[in-house]
Amino acid sequence: MKGVYTVFRKELYRLFASPIFYVVAFIFLTLVGYFFYSSVAYYSLLSFQAGRDPFLSEQLNLADMVIEPFFGSISIVLLLMVPIITMRLFAEEKKTGTAELLFTYPISDRGAVLGKFSAAISVLLLLLVGTLPAMVLLEVLANPPWPVILGGYLGLFLMSSSFVSLGLFASSLTENQIIAAVTSFGALLLLWIIGWTESLVGPTLGSVLKYISLLTHYDNFAKGILDSRDVIFYLLFILLFLFSTLRILESRQWRG
Amino acid sequence: MIEVENLPKFYGSVPALSQVNFRVDQGEIVGFLGPNGAGKTTALRILTCFMPPTSGTARVAGLDCQLHSLEVRGKIGYLPENVPLYLDMTTQRFLAFAAAAKSVPRSRLPQELGRVMEICSITAVADRIIGHLSKGFRQRVGIAQALLNDPPILILDEPTIGLDPTQIIEIRSLIKELGKERTIILSSHILPEVSQICQRILIINKGQIVATDTAANLTAQLQQNLHVYLQVEGPKIEVTKKLATLAGVLDVKPADVAGTYLIETARGEDLRPLLARTVVEHGWQLKELKLQDLSLEDIFMQLVTDEESGEEQE
Repeated sequence: MKGVYTVFRKELYRLFASPIFYVVAFIFLTLVGYFFYSSVAYYSLLSFQAGRDPFLSEQLNLADMVIEPFFGSISIVLLLMVPIITMRLFAEEKKTGTAELLFTYPISDRGAVLGKFSAAISVLLLLLVGTLPAMVLLEVLANPPWPVILGGYLGLFLMSSSFVSLGLFASSLTENQIIAAVTSFGALLLLWIIGWTESLVGPTLGSVLKYISLLTHYDNFAKGILDSRDVIFYLLFILLFLFSTLRILESRQWRG
Repeated sequence: MIEVENLPKFYGSVPALSQVNFRVDQGEIVGFLGPNGAGKTTALRILTCFMPPTSGTARVAGLDCQLHSLEVRGKIGYLPENVPLYLDMTTQRFLAFAAAAKSVPRSRLPQELGRVMEICSITAVADRIIGHLSKGFRQRVGIAQALLNDPPILILDEPTIGLDPTQIIEIRSLIKELGKERTIILSSHILPEVSQICQRILIINKGQIVATDTAANLTAQLQQNLHVYLQVEGPKIEVTKKLATLAGVLDVKPADVAGTYLIETARGEDLRPLLARTVVEHGWQLKELKLQDLSLEDIFMQLVTDEESGEEQE
């Protein structure tokens, strides 16, 4: 575990020193702002119409109409953005040769992996914090259900950490950043929608596919349901890919 | 300090190093010399624990490079080939990272950074981004990071490649200076450099160590015959004939410029007075007469080509 904090600080510095973070943050917040605006505007239009229709107004609530779609759209934007943040983590070090420096310092492989992982997670956390003003606005304008919001954020954080873990793994496979980004984006997208074929492949395989889908486990969080199965799923997913990354790094020890 | 035993390394089925054995004692400056692709970098990477050998053992300060990787890495300052650095960090930040990675305690960090920047004279560029520095400065930043935490062993892979002559001289004297208290291994394919800096030379060719000794001994060993360089103004054919008939002269060849000759003589005999007398007696103009030592280049060529012809005979 030696060197986690050292690598963490270095990666964080380099993430903030490069323009990638600022571009990603700008586009992320712009898109998220747009989605927030559109769902709130739609909600207010519906509430206006529901003023004359008591039946409709009973079905309207912030959690279903604003918060859930809002978090849903954040998760999709993150699916696009995380590979961009993670692609350089190992690929660039290999390409520029700094890997030789990093792995001849007295830093363990675990330290390097965890340091890089935690730096990328911190960046994501910062992006998520950037969306908080939208929730504050809701609090000012209406009376949002905070447990649902907090659940949604926890879900987003766990899910995007899983994205990071897979992205880190993809980055360790290659020295080409674009290949790393495309690989992780493709894999994440597949794992995201893999549950859609549930009804086509039969009940047994269908339930398995549904279970390994990243989206299925997120749905509960978005509804404000905190299920330990979902938390454990994400944690295991993260661990699996961190572990695989370590094995890939170690493979330089036995590869010809 | 460093012991390497039976160290083969294969890349796939391609051997990069065959059976390599060598020792480096404490306080020595040893040069790895070899043509491109001879296995210098591979050998250094194994010593710095970047990659393991296919079999065999490498020990640094008594610790096996594979089993005690972290401890070994802590004792080595390494400058990889082509000086990879984090180009988007400033010199100071990068060195601070490297120092933290090498477990320099936080309280000693400023002094330690100051010390290595002073040694490598990069204090002036402490706040500049490494990517904007010239090659020479980057090289020095690379050496500075290797010096952090004062490792007892320095391993420098082609430390002067791509520098201008003034910088090369600076870096060489820096290495000599550093070598007073440390064990240094450096690799190079520049022969004069190695003969100047290093106390001992390991010549590697095709993954094998062909020779190991001091520059002077290598020269003496391989120089079976002495060469005398002679410049004479006189009829070429006559001079050649006359000189060739002298006792002790093995061969007379024309040298680089017209009127110059390279005379091969048996070792242990100084034929210079005889040659001078002969020339003067014949009424030719003697312009220059000197003993010519085999340069390290010649030895190197001889070793590398001997090796090849030896292999063919097998």
